Amino acid sequence: MTKLLEMKNLNVRFKGKRTVHAINDVSLSMDQGETLALLGESGSGKSVTLKTLLGLLPPKRSQIDGSIHVNGVDIMSLRGRALQRYRGGEVSMVFQEPALALDPVYTIGHQIAESVMRHKGVDKANAMSTALDMLDRVRIPSANRRLHNYPHELSGGMRQRVMIALALACRPRLLLADEPTTALDATVQIQILLLLRELQKEFGMGVIFVTHDIGVAVEISERVAVMYAGQIIEEGTTHEIIRDARHPYTQGLLAANLHDVARGERLSAIPGAPPALEARPDSCPFAPRCPVAMPECRADLPPMLAPGDRRRVACLRAAQPIAAE
Amino acid sequence: MLSYLIRRILLVLPVAFGVSVICFLLVQIAPGDPLTAIMAIDATAEEQAAMRAAYGLDKPLPIQYAIWIGNLVQGDMGKSIATGRPVAAEVFGAVKNSLLLAVSAAVIAFPIGIFLGFLAGYFRDTWIDRAVTALSITGVSVPNYWLGIVLVIIFSVNLSWLPSMGAGPGGSQSWAWDWAHIRHLVLPAVTLAVVPIGIVSRTVRALAGDILSQDFVDALYAKGMSRADVLRHVARNAAATALSVMGLQLGYLLGGSILIETVFNWPGSGFLLSNAIFQRDLPLLQGTILILALFFVAMNLIVDVVQAAIDPRIQRT
Repeated sequence: MTKLLEMKNLNVRFKGKRTVHAINDVSLSMDQGETLALLGESGSGKSVTLKTLLGLLPPKRSQIDGSIHVNGVDIMSLRGRALQRYRGGEVSMVFQEPALALDPVYTIGHQIAESVMRHKGVDKANAMSTALDMLDRVRIPSANRRLHNYPHELSGGMRQRVMIALALACRPRLLLADEPTTALDATVQIQILLLLRELQKEFGMGVIFVTHDIGVAVEISERVAVMYAGQIIEEGTTHEIIRDARHPYTQGLLAANLHDVARGERLSAIPGAPPALEARPDSCPFAPRCPVAMPECRADLPPMLAPGDRRRVACLRAAQPIAAE
Repeated sequence: MLSYLIRRILLVLPVAFGVSVICFLLVQIAPGDPLTAIMAIDATAEEQAAMRAAYGLDKPLPIQYAIWIGNLVQGDMGKSIATGRPVAAEVFGAVKNSLLLAVSAAVIAFPIGIFLGFLAGYFRDTWIDRAVTALSITGVSVPNYWLGIVLVIIFSVNLSWLPSMGAGPGGSQSWAWDWAHIRHLVLPAVTLAVVPIGIVSRTVRALAGDILSQDFVDALYAKGMSRADVLRHVARNAAATALSVMGLQLGYLLGGSILIETVFNWPGSGFLLSNAIFQRDLPLLQGTILILALFFVAMNLIVDVVQAAIDPRIQRT
């Protein structure tokens, strides 16, 4: 079976007053229907990876190298009509801020129908009935009335449901979710997560779920890829990552979680901040913050070790057993 | 929508009342006696008093205002002191000519301003943006009466292509859509269009640039929309604000063309106003200012209603 996604040695550099090496040598592969969480802090390159996948980066200011195939199609070579068919048809995206990602002066029904008309070549009436069906599927109450609402007339959670309905209306093979719950209240976050999980099963599409919240990643995904400084530093099944994280950064993220922390005790945090990426990293980018860094870590980029099938970790320490804290 | 419309129209009434009071008082505050211009220098005190009584100028101000407004609602704006003709006829004839000039300038300025602004907003921070910005700042900064004179020197004096003054063979009273008349309109309309081109293009540039940098533009591309689709969305988003700016510009064009009408001897309201000022023609002055001010109020009303009609975010109930 063709791989859903095959990304090889992706490099993205932004040119401007200062150059930013946003993505450095990222490779990723996904099977059909797989759910992958892309985990990392702000600025680690998660969103840029998604935007590259949809060809949304400004062409003048960004230099992209490497190859990306979706269902065997080289998407870097797509232009014009073919690119438009791919965007929203093959791959679609749910944005972080539904309030900003929906056009404020069109009704939500129109905005869903617009996409359906483009991809399915149906007339407005048919597209509107698809839109209505989608609103039902994302459990929006009295969908018939909501169809004619404007985005500002809905709550944040409802808007994100609309965004999901819009993204799924044309049955994409791959859904990109860019921190879709970050802008929502905690209770609504869980509802949206559960909805996404159900819809993923129902539609059988692959999902890349970008998040900085390791709890969310565990909740939604089968596999986790951890990003740091524009690189994937560790990848494995969700189970492997929770039970047997090998990279000190992943271990730090897990330790910074609220679970099992006694009241009044200081939360553990990773000291320092991610590097600015004005130059391409030539040593381990995490070394300055790493509690177990060795002189070798600052000398060269760490090798990508493969401790298991589809299991990766970029750390010298991962080769040797690490003393448990 | 209907209740919004009615409420908005009712709101105009107090504004119109305020405008009429100010129009009336402004002219009273201005120094000088309107009657000295038409009276013989050696008129006796009795003759002066009789004249004052004839125009109602001997009564206290509130009474004068009540009489003025009473006549006004019946369509009688009094008689011009200088010419003796009814003010209403003078003002409406002039306003018609001004409106012709203002609308022509708007028809030239708005499409060009929108086009340039969109271009600059779309190609933000490129040489296109900088060229449009330079052009629009020049347009707003150059005194337009000076530009009018320069255009007259080039196109009327040196090239003899277009006439430099007047409204055509029919004079101030008749207008026809033939070349003999239109050629008189070209220079003043173009001159008058320069400032609104600058303002509209600046506004549209800011709007387009702002809207294009919003997330929903990425989201539109992400769902497979073409560039044309995206630009349609951007235009719809910009429409409400752009229309309100253009509506107000039309108001300025009508009331603010005094200098241009003077340069080109265009028989419009600005021309009439400047004559009325120099001749201390009180009723004419009041009438002209009032009509121009009410036009502005009406323009604001139309802009508000249109804005509410096309932008769903504006509360309509």
